[in-house]
Amino acid sequence: MTEYLTLSLILFTIGAVGVLVRRNAIVVFMCIELMLNATNLAFVSFARQNGNLDGQVAAFFVMVVAAAEVVVGLAIIVSIYRTRRSASVDDANLLRG
Amino acid sequence: MVVAALGLLFARKAVHAALCLAVVMISLAVLYAAQGAPFLFAVQIIVYTGAIMMLFLFVLMLVGIDASDSLKETIKGQRLAATVVGLLFGVTAVLALGQTVTGTVVGLREANQHGNPYGLAELLFGPYVLAFEFTSALLITAALGAMVLAHRERLGRRITQAETAERRMREYAETGRHPGNPPTPGVYARHNAVDTPALLPDGTPAEDSVSDTVRSRGQEVPPGASPLPTAGDARREEDGDD
Repeated sequence: MTEYLTLSLILFTIGAVGVLVRRNAIVVFMCIELMLNATNLAFVSFARQNGNLDGQVAAFFVMVVAAAEVVVGLAIIVSIYRTRRSASVDDANLLRG
Repeated sequence: MVVAALGLLFARKAVHAALCLAVVMISLAVLYAAQGAPFLFAVQIIVYTGAIMMLFLFVLMLVGIDASDSLKETIKGQRLAATVVGLLFGVTAVLALGQTVTGTVVGLREANQHGNPYGLAELLFGPYVLAFEFTSALLITAALGAMVLAHRERLGRRITQAETAERRMREYAETGRHPGNPPTPGVYARHNAVDTPALLPDGTPAEDSVSDTVRSRGQEVPPGASPLPTAGDARREEDGDD
């Protein structure tokens, strides 16, 4: 039990550091996915600990929301790339087309 | 698994980071299966490694596979500060976790007695049915949003074949450019890829024979590095067969 939670925390930390450190918008997105996955692991672990399936339902909803979020986020990245020819988060500091 | 996650941090190319993330996700699926969640195991593999990672790779291809991360810092000391803060957070969280008492693990044997998907469905369509309906609305909105965001209006009129032919003939009349196909790239015994320019009869490379795309990527074999075997090459091959 504790091992699963520790692994989840480590993965979450790696994802958070990745969001802060990496400059490529797509890699930043992947780090967000890693954080969501880490919380999913914690959800599933707690579901097993408490002996009911509510945690697994929560993880399932997280997956659905993550899928929707990735679709919209990647569409935004593609449209930004079209106007700026760059996928770096540093170049998109001005909020104008 | 942690190593693959760290690869996400340190991989220079975005494609390598994506592959590392795929490894992490498949390992997570295995952990789900080990913890009595076979339905989430299947969903994780299908949705995450199947759909989401494919979407990531697809966008990477669209945006440019060579786009690697710049190491230039825009905010001074931000990278170091972020690493320190992240490490602090991780250490604190793991220590706090070590202090907590998690109690005994009940296990899912009872909850899974009719099978895991059955139990999940009972919850999803029972107490969580409203959230489930909202999820469908969210998915439709996301699909519509992605279509709107990725849509691009055609800026100019479509150029027809007849207009192309007319433009070529006009160019021939005005500048003398040949209206036919440009010359094909060079085909030699040692190298016949599209990045090698063809040689004109006087030995100079024909600039037209290499695609502009190849040239703008800087993948063209420069005229100096001729792919044609020279006398020196032949001598080296004779000597170097040991």
